[in-house]
Amino acid sequence: MIANLGFGALTAAFLVSLYGIGASFYGMRQNKPAWVDSARNGMLLTFPLLTLSALCIIVLLATDHYEVEYVASVTSRSMPMYLKVTALWGGQAGSLVFWSWLMSAFASAVTLRKWERDREFLPWVIVVSLVTLAFFLGLNIFVENPFTRLWQFPSGQVIEKMFQPAASSLFYPRDGQGLNPLLRHPGMVIHPPMLYLGFVAFVIPYSFAIAALVTGRTDDRWIRLTRRWTLWAWMFLSLGLVLGGRWAYDVLGWGGYWGWDPVEIAAFMPWLTGTAFLHSVMIQEKRGMLKQWNMVLIILTYSLVIFGTFLTRSGVLSSVHAFAQSAVGPLFFAFIGLTFIASMSLLFHRWNDLKARAEMTSMLSREALFLLNNLLFIGILMVCFWGVIFPLISELFTGQKVTVGPPFYERANGPLMAGLLLLMAVAPLSAWGHSTIKTLGRAVWKPAVAAVSVVAAVVFSGISNLYAIIGIFLTTFVMAVTLYEFGRGAAARGRRHGENFFLALWELIKRNRRRYGGYIIHLSMAMLAIGIIGIEIFQSETQGSLRQGESLTLGEYSMTYDSLAVFDAPDNRNVARAVVSVSKDGKPVGELYPRRDFFYDSQQPMTIPGVRSTIEDDFYVLLVDWEEISTRSATFKIYHNPLVKWMWLGCWVFIFGTLVAAWPEKESGLAPVLASRKNREAAKA
Amino acid sequence: MEETITQKGSSNRMKFIVGGALIVAAVIYLIVSSTQASAQYFLTIDEVVAKGDQVLDRDLRISGAVLGDTIAYDRESLSLSFKVAHVPGDNDEIEAEGGLAEALHAAATDPSRSRLQIIYEGPMPDLLQDEAQAIMTGRLGDDGIFYADELLLKCPTKYEEAVPEQVEVQQ
Repeated sequence: MIANLGFGALTAAFLVSLYGIGASFYGMRQNKPAWVDSARNGMLLTFPLLTLSALCIIVLLATDHYEVEYVASVTSRSMPMYLKVTALWGGQAGSLVFWSWLMSAFASAVTLRKWERDREFLPWVIVVSLVTLAFFLGLNIFVENPFTRLWQFPSGQVIEKMFQPAASSLFYPRDGQGLNPLLRHPGMVIHPPMLYLGFVAFVIPYSFAIAALVTGRTDDRWIRLTRRWTLWAWMFLSLGLVLGGRWAYDVLGWGGYWGWDPVEIAAFMPWLTGTAFLHSVMIQEKRGMLKQWNMVLIILTYSLVIFGTFLTRSGVLSSVHAFAQSAVGPLFFAFIGLTFIASMSLLFHRWNDLKARAEMTSMLSREALFLLNNLLFIGILMVCFWGVIFPLISELFTGQKVTVGPPFYERANGPLMAGLLLLMAVAPLSAWGHSTIKTLGRAVWKPAVAAVSVVAAVVFSGISNLYAIIGIFLTTFVMAVTLYEFGRGAAARGRRHGENFFLALWELIKRNRRRYGGYIIHLSMAMLAIGIIGIEIFQSETQGSLRQGESLTLGEYSMTYDSLAVFDAPDNRNVARAVVSVSKDGKPVGELYPRRDFFYDSQQPMTIPGVRSTIEDDFYVLLVDWEEISTRSATFKIYHNPLVKWMWLGCWVFIFGTLVAAWPEKESGLAPVLASRKNREAAKA
Repeated sequence: MEETITQKGSSNRMKFIVGGALIVAAVIYLIVSSTQASAQYFLTIDEVVAKGDQVLDRDLRISGAVLGDTIAYDRESLSLSFKVAHVPGDNDEIEAEGGLAEALHAAATDPSRSRLQIIYEGPMPDLLQDEAQAIMTGRLGDDGIFYADELLLKCPTKYEEAVPEQVEVQQ
């Protein structure tokens, strides 16, 4: 039976993890490297085992095995194959297996690297990865088993159990309940894996950090080893967040992309500490400072990653994302508490070894500005954390549950985010070690003038909203500085090497990939900010009930209701699809097809907007209601969302920037080898 | 010579400590003032009905079970009206009633529970149906109607628990 095979593989992976933890400890204690190697092999073995287990779930999902409770709860016969397969992460039990599978893939990849120079880290990296893995596998086996089947007793009673209870037989529902229609969207198919990839990849730098703390090898080796992992983790997490926003924009139908929902915040918090970490490790590498702080950041990130997985899956907080209440909550809480306390005690134990080599001297130096950037990130984290736990705190102290909504987050985070933008503009131009207003001013004035002239043009065109003006100034300032840095660097290199500008730019980026990759990411953040400013400040909306041929106008746009068709689609849903023609400034620009799908199996409708998206703005139409049968009239709600496309475009730019910064470098590894070979050849000759 | 360096070092450190303290103070200020500006009192329907006049000018966040046959929608003005029935606000009480789905069902079918009329303007939400949990933010009008600015719905029964009804026993 496939379910038994899958459960067997899962259990084997769990036991192997426990063995690996033990073997690694024993090998270290007794100084027997063979045991550590055995643990390493165990680590590697978890990957094929979990692959097998995940494949079993996929086969069960794809072949309609509804006697398996998980399959019945997340799929139905009418769902297309790609949704059945990806329902692996459509529910709690499956997504925990998926998490573990990713975790074992990453940990295996890490154990396969060359360890000669860092042998002492290996056992601890194995222990930390396997403890994390074993926790998730334990949850799967003891609490949220995806292979549980339905059994029926002669009395007709049906229960869920892994193995056959006496006098019962397997129970086959005719069909499953189907995946929540809201999740049947390509964005939702790739959003959770991206988030999980980001979550899981952050476990790797954390495990190295713990290894560094335990072994006392507290130089920046662990940071250099995990730099790329951190970047990939960051990219996947960012991508997961943006895809979630895109899904909300396309599916949730309220013309928004981010609602400061506790679950969104839960995924955003590790991103904040992770981003702060990415920046502050550079100070440790360059100046030997902030070592303790980096440890705090990575430990926090790890805890927040587990917390994020927990929040998205437990339903402790009221949220659109939490589809179930479950028993895993207290276990998660205990695990987070234990790992956090253990990590922090280790850190205090090593506190003095992590003293900084140098001291900061100048308030405007690069490292001071990095520190400020960290403070702002942590400030945003505190705002988010406060917002999430405030209902619990207020209930504890006043007996009255008080919540805070999106206005709280916007109001409190707005200035902090503006501060981050300003830093993004100024910091790249400040010098390490020592900077003064004068030196910084000399570097900054040209891009600042460029930004001010853009703002002047914007104000002249009639925009008077103060927040918008500040926002536009900051984003153009960031872009101007970043482009200026590219231009200045390339021009200088061109002069030095006699290369033309583009060759010089290419070589410049190639030789300083981390720096310029980072700048490209800065550009993408400015693009994201432009999208956010556009939709947050300039969104407008209207609504109306139209007869066929009538029009509704919003700003420069006007839309005409042409027709509406109601029909059944093959995947068991009923579709009402309107045809509206859109014109801008009186010129026709095309048709849109806002629709409402009604899913028979879950008895739930789903509104899908028609969107015309350009660099300048989105015209977003929702079909709200219509006159049955005659379809003579229909009601629409329309939104005008300026600049929002910049947000999605920015996403491609930060993927590109991360690739530039994190793509494995051949030269650095080979250069010494080549050099020594050359020397030998020279010696022979 | 050495003394001047340490003096310079400590005045430098002072500068950073003061700078850091200012930022921390700014963050705390932002958190506190924003909390005050956007606090919403989470009340059950029972509490709203009981407190009545006392909560008229406050931002409220309330949760209740939707009564399906009270849903009315005016397509012209996009005005949606429906009633919700009281569900306990406390998780333990909900668990005692057998989980959220059971609690919502009990609330919607028990005529003795307190009920509240809701008016919301906007597109009809996809998840609005009988026995859904509605979480709303808005204000109570002096006409006793709750005017919601935001409406969030959850249908817990659908995707977890509950064995499907149509069955076919093979073997």
